[in-house]
Amino acid sequence: MFQVRIHGRGGQGVVTGAEMLSVAAFIEGRHAQAFPSFGSERMGAPVVAFCRIADKEIRLREPILEPDCLIVQDPTLFKVIDVFAGLRGDGYLLVNTNKTFADLHLGQVVDRLPKGHAVIVPATEIAMKHVGRPVPNAALLGAFAALTQFVHLDSVEHAIGEAFPGKIGAANIAAARQAHEFVLMQQRQSAA
Amino acid sequence: MLKQVEGSHAMAEAIALCRPEVICAYPITPQTHIVEGLGELVKEGALVDCEFINVESEFAALSVAIGASAAGARAYTATASQGLLFMAEAVYNASGLGLPIVMTLGNRAIGAPINIWNDHSDAMSMRDAGWLQLFAETNQEAVDLHIQAFKLAEELSMPVMVCVDGFILTHAVERIDIPTQQQVDAYLPPYDPVQVLDPAEPASIGAMVGPEAFTEVRFLAHYKQTLALKLIPEFSAEFAKGFGRETGGLLRSYRAEDADMLVVAMGSVCGTIKDTIDEMRDDGIRIGLVVIVSFRPFPVEALRNALAGAKDVVVVEKSIAVGMGGQLANNVDASLRNLPRPPRLHSSVAGLGGRPITRTSLHHLFRQASVQPWEGTNFLDLNERVVGREIHRTRKTRRSGPTAENILRQLAKSVPPAAE
Repeated sequence: MFQVRIHGRGGQGVVTGAEMLSVAAFIEGRHAQAFPSFGSERMGAPVVAFCRIADKEIRLREPILEPDCLIVQDPTLFKVIDVFAGLRGDGYLLVNTNKTFADLHLGQVVDRLPKGHAVIVPATEIAMKHVGRPVPNAALLGAFAALTQFVHLDSVEHAIGEAFPGKIGAANIAAARQAHEFVLMQQRQSAA
Repeated sequence: MLKQVEGSHAMAEAIALCRPEVICAYPITPQTHIVEGLGELVKEGALVDCEFINVESEFAALSVAIGASAAGARAYTATASQGLLFMAEAVYNASGLGLPIVMTLGNRAIGAPINIWNDHSDAMSMRDAGWLQLFAETNQEAVDLHIQAFKLAEELSMPVMVCVDGFILTHAVERIDIPTQQQVDAYLPPYDPVQVLDPAEPASIGAMVGPEAFTEVRFLAHYKQTLALKLIPEFSAEFAKGFGRETGGLLRSYRAEDADMLVVAMGSVCGTIKDTIDEMRDDGIRIGLVVIVSFRPFPVEALRNALAGAKDVVVVEKSIAVGMGGQLANNVDASLRNLPRPPRLHSSVAGLGGRPITRTSLHHLFRQASVQPWEGTNFLDLNERVVGREIHRTRKTRRSGPTAENILRQLAKSVPPAAE
């Protein structure tokens, strides 16, 4: 079972992001369970959503306590809550920011993870460019596909298209592709 | 057809396939997405010959369902928590009048203090109201139970409450098999009421009944619930034939064959318990689970048979009868009472007001039950430090203030802010 925890703020599409990821896994014939952190959601408040992916039925109903991957949609959350709680030693970290890990004082956290398991993506910038709104969720899923290779970009694109038909969907798919390419480029650079 | 959808959305689709003719709705979290979904289906024209009535309160929602059902329409509504309390009088009326309404309960705690999260307090508040109460373990079962519920309700002329864990199931997006209209039509015949208000043949429903007949009316209601004990497994078996999966029924066992310890629970927590049991089985511990689907009628005999061979029974439930203990544990106790050598019963209250029930805590609980059993009711993951301080404080000060606010203040002080 692969477990993803998404941290963000109300209005950033955190819950929709987890749902779209589950649809992408479903498209690939896998079992997936997406659920929000169940609270009174309001714009700007910290929000958590979860997605489990497995090859058999998922029965577990506890929140994700030991994620295999953390997606952080808003880097200001690092000061507010313990985002990293339970992150597995061999886990992945994906942060939406236009700064570096050093700027965010996350060097130590990144060093604990296997090489190449932590990446930054300017997903809000990418979303602004394609969608015209600060909604980084779709872009981050594109980046997730590149980082973990756990779902295929095609499935992510399908899932985004299902959630947002028409023009908005196309714009979000474009954002996902660019973020995907952004991560692949980082990986190529660090391999070189 | 397999879909990756939100539980609420899947339930809305399944309810629509049951061809309800009147849907009365008043929104309350976490049930809202279900009636919203149905509203959309009516508006789009996907659900035909159905009147969707927006009402001004939960009391009105069930009252309109009562009127519609008495006039011969297949009627549906949904609610949760305080909404169920607000319709309480109508809840008793629906069953007292023998009207086959189906209602979804998106299980949620009851205030005060205000809490919108999941537990089973709402369902327990109406456990003696004369409705059938069926608890879904998964969203697939939630879908399937609604289809079985209409059939049961109409066969018995009694209302059925389908209890679905709020948020945990209603808001989870997962793989759910949505049946076809043909499957549902083959299983669920059109509503043929046993009593109906018809101007052509005037009759009254809801007479005033004095001491000369009230006992007999109640006896017959109780008798009908005993009939339900036979019908629920029958309709579940028939469902399995038509839909290819086994859901519903009175109860089901998991890895119970040779178990020394059996856990009893209802609803979505059974999934987490099953995973915990698998881990403990790997460690050689003989533990199993009995999932209660039908809480009303309570399957006393079936449960007695299921539990008879165990040494220990641990009841995990998401509600508390304050001053008494867990309601489910008390009901389980009733089914063990007449065994020559009954298992030891251990009662644990867990997951109140949305507190997560984790495998770690369940492991600990089940081990404790066999090694170091407790007296009375165990509150899983109780913060004893906070409770102790509050008891101490209220003893010291007469005007000690509101408990909930005091505890929140204590917690705010004790949690250090995240590292800068």
